[in-house]
Amino acid sequence: MSLLELRDLNKHFGGLHVTNAVNLTLEPGEIHCLIGPNGAGKSTLFRLILGEHHPGSGEIVFAGENITALKSFARIHRGLSVKFQVPGVFKGLSVRQNLEIALQSRHRGAELDAEIDRQLGFLGLEAEQAQTAGNLSHGQKQWLEIGMAISLKPRLLLLDEPTAGMSPEETHMTGEMVQRLNAGGMTVLAIEHDMAFVRQVAQRVTVLHLGQVFAQGSIDEIVADERVAAIYLGQAHA
Amino acid sequence: MTGLFSLFRRLEGPQTVGRGPGFWSLFAFVLAVALAYPLFSDGYTVGNTVYFLVWVFIALSLCVIWGYGGSLSFGQTAFFGIAGYGYGVLTLNFGSGYGFTLLALVIAVAIAALFAVLLGYFMFFGRIAGVFLGIVTLAVTLMLERFMAQTAGPEWHIGTARLNGFNGMSAMPPLTIPWPGEPIVLFADVGLYYFVLGLLVFVYLALRILMNSSFGNVIVAIRENPERAEMLGYDIRRYQLITFVVGAALAGLSGVLYTAWGQYITPSSMGMTAAALPLIWVAVGGRSDLTSTVVGTLVVLAAFQALTIYGSQYALVFMGVLLVLTVLIAPNGLVLGAMNWIGRLAARFTQRAG
Repeated sequence: MSLLELRDLNKHFGGLHVTNAVNLTLEPGEIHCLIGPNGAGKSTLFRLILGEHHPGSGEIVFAGENITALKSFARIHRGLSVKFQVPGVFKGLSVRQNLEIALQSRHRGAELDAEIDRQLGFLGLEAEQAQTAGNLSHGQKQWLEIGMAISLKPRLLLLDEPTAGMSPEETHMTGEMVQRLNAGGMTVLAIEHDMAFVRQVAQRVTVLHLGQVFAQGSIDEIVADERVAAIYLGQAHA
Repeated sequence: MTGLFSLFRRLEGPQTVGRGPGFWSLFAFVLAVALAYPLFSDGYTVGNTVYFLVWVFIALSLCVIWGYGGSLSFGQTAFFGIAGYGYGVLTLNFGSGYGFTLLALVIAVAIAALFAVLLGYFMFFGRIAGVFLGIVTLAVTLMLERFMAQTAGPEWHIGTARLNGFNGMSAMPPLTIPWPGEPIVLFADVGLYYFVLGLLVFVYLALRILMNSSFGNVIVAIRENPERAEMLGYDIRRYQLITFVVGAALAGLSGVLYTAWGQYITPSSMGMTAAALPLIWVAVGGRSDLTSTVVGTLVVLAAFQALTIYGSQYALVFMGVLLVLTVLIAPNGLVLGAMNWIGRLAARFTQRAG
């Protein structure tokens, strides 16, 4: 059984058809990258999956259950988790407290403290734990938010541009982090512009263009596809 | 036993300023002074001091909803008034025998809380947030003021209690504790002082525990980033509603204590000026910390009272100036700013000593 299935998903913003009959299937255990030019509807698709937007028509099926009508927090309880495009950390709170808020619903007392320490170690943020999250570097904020997202032990992790604003080394480290999580059984769907990252982690790639699934395949197939190169260079209609 | 211990552990935490032996010694000292104060004063002055303490509860209600929860309620006075009038109607009808005034206190606070459940449900589940929340709550309190102000006619009564329009209700019995022999009547005197002080210490410590608990964590998380909080699996509207109801109950407690203290309540307690003042106390003190709110409220109230001698309009202008200065100089509050500064200074001092 597939983990996530989008069936004929449609979303309009006024006259703009941002999600146009999208069909997408994620298999359990895969790392799937979603790419496409700006305005292709990638983030909107995430918001539909998360329940922040509701589709005009179509269905979202997660682990065999139709979750189209569920509220966001209920979808999180089913096993979804997300890292937003703009780092969504709790800026005024300490790094440690950020993780505590993410972890406290599954751990208590001394076990909670140990789990926070473990997560800080995994993210390499031990030295920053007492700092206010708003004072972290951009890359560290991204990691902290990834840390909060994976604290929920999700079955499907959604990453919206996890490496935006990162140096090549940081991007590579993030890729390794994603692969380690995947090795532990987590399915990952990532929106990413950085092709080095996509090449590093993606087992399958979907290209979104003007709200539609434009192409799908392995990274090599996608790179070799001249039509994909054309839309990135803005020649799709030429 | 371990449960009790972990409760006490929550008295300190990231959501409250003040920790360690230094802070708690100071707390014990202030409490001792407050307890000894009536010995060095007369009943009349002590009774007037109760007036200050009474307002701290509504300030704490705003601290919880606005400072911790991030939702600016401009209408805490609505709950103040509902509970105040509730206490009046109940005790004027059923008297003060058998400890009924204490039950009336609980019922009146519960009525205010119930009203908050209704209002809060429509606001939070209707996704009303930010400045609109302030507008709706202000409209509610002004509406209640207008409504109560036109209840002067004899047809406006609940049981035997006349609502009395703009002049307000009066002559309800004070809080009365049943006692073998003779009941203890808490007039605005030493007895009421200890009663209200006890309540204040209890509420303050209970709120410290609540705000440093996992519940408090979620509340500040919603303030910082509601979307992120929801995407960690928290039903944020439910948390916001609970916070709102807790705050309403505290504002209601203020209302009951005020009514029982002065044995009267008027519609203007829900009016524009009354609604704005708690905002100033809390903003000046430091809305995101319980201790700062308590200290700030008492200091500002005392200053306000002292200035009122020269004319209440003059004192109101001073309040406005104070608010503007706070926003410009220390947006997080003057008391909180000062406490953080002392904390940093102490840390540097111990570092050097170590």
